[in-house]
Amino acid sequence: MNIKRAFIDSIIKLNPFYLIRKPVMFVVEIGSILTTSLFLYSLFYNGEEPPSFILAVSIWLWVTVLFANFAESMAEGRGKAQADSLRNTRKDLVSKKLSTPVLKSESTLVSSSSLKKGDFVLIEAGDIIPGDGEVIVGVASVNESAVTGESAPVIRESGGDRNSVTGGTLVLSDWLIIKLTTNQGEAFLDKMISMVEGAKRQKTPNEIALDILLASLTIIFLLATATLLPFSIFSVTTSGKGSPVTLTTLVSLLVCLIPTTIGGLLSAIGIAGMDRMIQANIIAMSGRAVEAAGDVDVLLLDKTGTITLGNRQASEFIPAYGINKRTLADTSQLASIADETPEGRSIVILAKEKYGIRECNIQELDATFIPFSAQTRISGINCKGREIRKGSADAIYEYVKNEGGIIPTDIKLIVEEIARKGGTPLVVAEKEKIMGVIQLTDIVKGGIKERFAELRNMGIKTIMITGDNPLTAAAVAAEAGVDDFLSQATPEAKLKLIREYQAGGRLVAMTGDGTNDAPALAQADVAVAMNTGTLAAKEAGNMIDLDSNPTKLIEVVKIGKQLLMTRGSLTTFSISNDVSKYFAILPAAFASTYPMLSVLNIMRLSTPRSAILSAVIFNALIIICLIPLALRGIKYRPVEAKILLRKNLLIYGVGGLFIPFIGIKAIDMLLTLLHIF
Amino acid sequence: MTIDTIIQIGFYMFTLLCLVKPLGYYMAKVYQGKFCKTDGVFGIFERGIYRFCGIDLEEDMAWQKYALSVLWFSFVSIVFLYILQRLQNILPLNPQKFSGISSDSSFNTAISFVTNTNWQGYSAEISMSYLTQMIGLGVQNFLSAAVGMSVLVALIRGFVRCSEKTIGNFWVDLTRTVLYILIPLSIILAVLLVSEGVIQNFNPYKKIQMIENPEKIQILPMGPAASQISIKQLGTNGGGFFNVNSAHPFENPTPFSNFLEMLAILIIPSALCYTFGFMVFDTKQGWALFTAMMIIFIPMLFLCCFFEQQGNPNFDSLSVDQKSGLLQSGGNMEGKEVRFGITNSAIWATATTAASNGSVNSMHDSYSPLGGTVPLLLIQLGEIIFGGAGSGLYGMIVFAIIAVFAAGLMVGRTPEYLGKKIEPFEMKMSSLVIIIPAALTLLGTAVSVITKNGVNGISNPGPHGFTEVLYAFSSAANNNGSSFAGLSSNTVFYNIILAIAMFLGRFGIIIPVLAIAGSLARKKHVPVSSGTLPTSNPLFILLLVGVIILIGALTFFPSIALGPIAEQVLSK
Repeated sequence: MNIKRAFIDSIIKLNPFYLIRKPVMFVVEIGSILTTSLFLYSLFYNGEEPPSFILAVSIWLWVTVLFANFAESMAEGRGKAQADSLRNTRKDLVSKKLSTPVLKSESTLVSSSSLKKGDFVLIEAGDIIPGDGEVIVGVASVNESAVTGESAPVIRESGGDRNSVTGGTLVLSDWLIIKLTTNQGEAFLDKMISMVEGAKRQKTPNEIALDILLASLTIIFLLATATLLPFSIFSVTTSGKGSPVTLTTLVSLLVCLIPTTIGGLLSAIGIAGMDRMIQANIIAMSGRAVEAAGDVDVLLLDKTGTITLGNRQASEFIPAYGINKRTLADTSQLASIADETPEGRSIVILAKEKYGIRECNIQELDATFIPFSAQTRISGINCKGREIRKGSADAIYEYVKNEGGIIPTDIKLIVEEIARKGGTPLVVAEKEKIMGVIQLTDIVKGGIKERFAELRNMGIKTIMITGDNPLTAAAVAAEAGVDDFLSQATPEAKLKLIREYQAGGRLVAMTGDGTNDAPALAQADVAVAMNTGTLAAKEAGNMIDLDSNPTKLIEVVKIGKQLLMTRGSLTTFSISNDVSKYFAILPAAFASTYPMLSVLNIMRLSTPRSAILSAVIFNALIIICLIPLALRGIKYRPVEAKILLRKNLLIYGVGGLFIPFIGIKAIDMLLTLLHIF
Repeated sequence: MTIDTIIQIGFYMFTLLCLVKPLGYYMAKVYQGKFCKTDGVFGIFERGIYRFCGIDLEEDMAWQKYALSVLWFSFVSIVFLYILQRLQNILPLNPQKFSGISSDSSFNTAISFVTNTNWQGYSAEISMSYLTQMIGLGVQNFLSAAVGMSVLVALIRGFVRCSEKTIGNFWVDLTRTVLYILIPLSIILAVLLVSEGVIQNFNPYKKIQMIENPEKIQILPMGPAASQISIKQLGTNGGGFFNVNSAHPFENPTPFSNFLEMLAILIIPSALCYTFGFMVFDTKQGWALFTAMMIIFIPMLFLCCFFEQQGNPNFDSLSVDQKSGLLQSGGNMEGKEVRFGITNSAIWATATTAASNGSVNSMHDSYSPLGGTVPLLLIQLGEIIFGGAGSGLYGMIVFAIIAVFAAGLMVGRTPEYLGKKIEPFEMKMSSLVIIIPAALTLLGTAVSVITKNGVNGISNPGPHGFTEVLYAFSSAANNNGSSFAGLSSNTVFYNIILAIAMFLGRFGIIIPVLAIAGSLARKKHVPVSSGTLPTSNPLFILLLVGVIILIGALTFFPSIALGPIAEQVLSK
């Protein structure tokens, strides 16, 4: 299906007004038109070459253009399928427009296409949100799978960092009143569709620079082949034999020399790069951002959720003076038994693993649980006359004082020590007596240290951003192996840090989700906003991560680099190929004038015509052979630049020099076998 | 390859290598303004020149103004040189009473000398007065070289400066180059050459009775040769005082004078590599470019020696011993001076075409087809293997930019060279630098081989005649100025068309190079990290060499196949 569509597309793309944007392929098309005319002429008059030969060359030239178009269509095809499914979600809906953002205010049913920015809309369970907006009133669960592909519903509520909704998503329960923040056709979904389709794809600076290089090479080869005609006429006059080189031969030579391989695959590579981003569930707002990702030198990463598992976990029990460690563990376990927070669970697990304290049955205990509240900042349990509490040091100190107890100095020392080492102390008390301290620590994600080492190899500096105090931050930073950290980070401090790095000529990437991240996101060169984040954050960023996974930044960098590398390597390959084509075509072109030039025919191609045709066929086929590589991108390993260069130069440079010799010879043998020319 | 060839080449390269660092360091200090605080002996001259010309030492120019100054200065020079030649019959210092030069030849010569090409369509000793030679051609030998070096320094500043709009002051760069670099060096060389017997006088031509045939008189041209020869070698000009250039015994009498002159061809372009590295605070970068030049130069040199030592296949049937060995230079001695032999002729031919010098001590037209391909190819590579004073290195830097671009893409990073990002504007300008000379060479040759005026000038039949035309346009478009000879080029057609090629080949490159300088100066420096591609390691040097050879070969392979290669295979 996809291939059929791509095939039809590639014929439509023969339109010269379309092709003129791609100078290399445009030249091939002009060449094809020229040889086709020569063929038609040779049918009726005395042509410069036998009609069958001119026809064969013409066909293969047209095929070259078609192959290049086909590559582009294939790349676009992948995006188009995705765009179609996105577009389906954007059906015209009937929406309940409100005059004021109050639930009871008067609502009118209007078509969603008539809605404008600033309108208030009521959305109830089962309704599709008509456009991007901000929740003014209400809480609701929303299925955003249309955008994210993730079917688990997310909560959207007014105020805070979860107040943005996306058009095309479905409200599952409750209701929301939203204020539309975009006009129809400008919404996030529309942007996504056009990004995915590649309709609005702007050329990136590197692409433009490469286009210039390719155009220059085309001009040089145009000159080199065009001047061959006068050179050949002169040679014929001066040597007194043979006939001047034919136009068919010259066009063949030209097409073989100009960088058709990369010229044909260039846009496919760019589209495929965007597509790889989409497959990684990242929507890049521009190709420029994707490319900038490859150049990033500094990565700002939030500590929580990115470097550490989001939650702190109990790592040790430190009893107060005179208390058995096991007793503390037992008490702590009891206090946490009903605590369903990750911290609470981790305390129960630690007690079980380290001291073998079995979880007792909650029903048997006949206990009342005191849940954590923001007021008291403590939680606990009352059972069998025992009153056990746990909480932050300050809160427990106050509780103990109220109960008439005293705070032992050793506890204070322990608490300070834990904080200094980067942990979080949780104090446990039974009535007025302090039992001890549970140490909670940040758990650094497994394998993250290795990833940072990879990044260092790629020349990227990692910086951890955290609200923690400098001591805690330093401890986590050392464990995770980041290069630097910013502690007690405020939005201003983040912004300042980014500006400092940029002033030093570096490219900075960061992730963010909150409104307070927006200024820093806007300043960063590559800014990945989490899809769960606020609208402000999403608008400030130039990429949106639909999975809201901050470690994605590393993928983004890789995809960016891969995109550039694929282009560079195929360019090198394309130009290296030319050497062999001279050896195939030149002796053939001057066979009648200087037959001795056959010393240059090092491939021993059978006849001049089969030599020329073989080179042209090879030139067309190599495009098709490289389409999978262009779409997949060449492999990227995070190693030093010089090692990468050596590898790619060997494969694509040196390989590009020799492969066509083999390919052209093979095609020539086949043509000879089939008795064609 | 005889052992003495290897020793001579080795000694030449070693001496050159020893001089690169000291001279390069000295030039860097001159350009950084640290050598002369405008006091001291030369300082008086410098201050005087600024006061006399109304130059503001403190002024810093944007690239556009720098370029306009170069163009204005060159335009005035061309006009002056043209008028001087036209009016030399009424001006002093003309003992031979030469008449004014024809308008087309004057036009060609004026452009030729101002563009540092020094293509000579005329025969010096039968047409140019001493005054024209000295204040016209000689002065341009200094100035055109200094213009090239100034442009190079402006480009280097582009790399060094950060977020600035300006790239230096052309007038100051020009003055300092002439005063502190070219004049001292050429005085030293001129004195050494005079000591070897190069003539320096204002006498009328001598009439000598021939020994074997006493009733016949031979006329020996005289003139202030040494002063002009030293700068023509140092400034990569190459325009000889006499028509046969340094093959003439008065220009180049002894093996030692020959050695000095050969050394002078490459010394400034080589040392500028060190100057470049020193000024960008990383001498390794300079050595990297120098190494890349050497990697192309040395094999070319050995190839040229090898092909010339093969001798002429047509002599084989005559049982002539052409074998080169310790006791005879052997090989193809046609067009070569016996006092220099094969090796020193080949070194000269390779050096003079690698650098855009163009002076000769043997006739390239008489080289074996493949031996003659070496000079031709070196010119066609774009005069960047050492190349002209300043112009060679700025051309090389442009190729480095292109290599960096290709390499940068291959490692997945926006390319950067010396901490500056290479973006579309730089690529656009770099492309012009590559396209212009190639286009001029190919189109010029094409026009000449199919028009009657062009074909009339070709004196040799077959592919050799084609090579002559190709060589002439390669030489003009790349501002080399060496001639394959054999082409009667002092005609209106060739004078005009070659002058156009020389003009566009010079300024069509200087302007984009200065534009690159201006654009780089405005950029910030990107700090080095392990993701940065090193541009001074062997891998990059090899890549650079590959890019140069590939672009050169792909552009000119068809024309070389129809010229020298066809000639070679036909002669067998």
